[in-house]
Amino acid sequence: MTSSTTSTSAPDARTGDAPRALALLSGGLDSMLAARVVMDQGVHVEAVNFYTGFCVEGHTRALRPSKGGPPKRHDALWVAEQLGIRLHIVDVAEDYKSVVIDPRFGYGAHLNPCLDCKIFMATRADDFARDRGFDFLITGEVLDQRPKSQRPEALPLIARASGTEDRLLRPLSAHHLRETLPERRGWVDRTRLYGFHGRNRKPQLALAAELGLEEITQPAGGCCFLTDPAYSRKLGDLFESRGARDYELDDIVLLKVGRHVRPGPAFKVIVGREDGENRYLAGYRDRFISLEAIGHEGPLALIDGTIDDEGLTLAARIVARYGQGRSAPAVNMQISRPDGSGEVRTVAPLRPDRIPDGWLL
Amino acid sequence: MSDAEPVDLDLRGLLCPLPVIRTAARVDALPSGSLLVARCTDPGVREDLPSWCRMHGHAIEGISERDGVIEVRIRVQPA
Repeated sequence: MTSSTTSTSAPDARTGDAPRALALLSGGLDSMLAARVVMDQGVHVEAVNFYTGFCVEGHTRALRPSKGGPPKRHDALWVAEQLGIRLHIVDVAEDYKSVVIDPRFGYGAHLNPCLDCKIFMATRADDFARDRGFDFLITGEVLDQRPKSQRPEALPLIARASGTEDRLLRPLSAHHLRETLPERRGWVDRTRLYGFHGRNRKPQLALAAELGLEEITQPAGGCCFLTDPAYSRKLGDLFESRGARDYELDDIVLLKVGRHVRPGPAFKVIVGREDGENRYLAGYRDRFISLEAIGHEGPLALIDGTIDDEGLTLAARIVARYGQGRSAPAVNMQISRPDGSGEVRTVAPLRPDRIPDGWLL
Repeated sequence: MSDAEPVDLDLRGLLCPLPVIRTAARVDALPSGSLLVARCTDPGVREDLPSWCRMHGHAIEGISERDGVIEVRIRVQPA
């Protein structure tokens, strides 16, 4: 049993009639800089971060602890603390489905609906800002940094389609964009904003150094699983196997966990890769058929889909292949069903060369 | 309110940042002085819940772990 105690210190409350800005904070460098340069002009800034279910941090770190790796922390929370501002984390996972399933502006290279995502986030942030009396919004968008959602025509489109219009300030690329409300009102001095553009990140790194922001959590981007080709492939497989473009939160979380092996259209096997994943998958035993070896160290696996008796034997052989009994002539596999029933089936572990690459999602 | 029974919040099985989101929602609904005990399995809460409490002005009274369940004790402060 371990214990620790932490004291608290609230950030300064709003003072006087300082304008209020709500920053969309991803946990990356650009949004951190954008918030900071506006804070430095005397604006009261708070931040919002949206949980879509596809966020890279958190899940993977919690499931697959790496020795000597970074602390398991929410990046945007950490950034907000460095800035000394409040962060509001908002769960939008359910509403976000429509963005992923049917994006108006289509996908990027994978199943990443980046332009629709930006519009969705700006819209939700605007709703939040209006409810809580913020005067304008801040994002860390940089012109031309990304091919789809930060093109010259995309940034005005996001402002227009989200309804944020001129209340949306992009401090890092402001000099390339039309003057916004906070600039016209004199809340923010345009000459103290920036004209960054393109994929070169040296200007941001230089600004971070100038502002004394030395501990940077991550470069821009990379915070969404939908931009990851392997994840997108698994999501596409999920849609195809179910015959519908739909998902539940558990589905998209499970896509981040384990090896996904699909021997056929009816079912796939989700095989834990290490203890953290095995423990996490064990939490789903009441909803999925689960398999694990008896007498050999090995993974826990779940069956997602509809499986017959022959398929169950194949699944058991696949799971046995990933355990310590992989070289044994036969392994006893415990098969457990959600209703509590189960059986032990003795199988020969499948040889690696009998698992075609096409089965691995 | 300090003498009232602690409010239990079962967040086992939830991964970052859902424990923070659920805790924030529960804290917002509780009167000042309440003690909330969040029971979690995601080790990230050791960093995240104190961080959230610091920035929103609530007090962490302790964090303990037993059998893989992390208990975070939060004293709700005035809004």
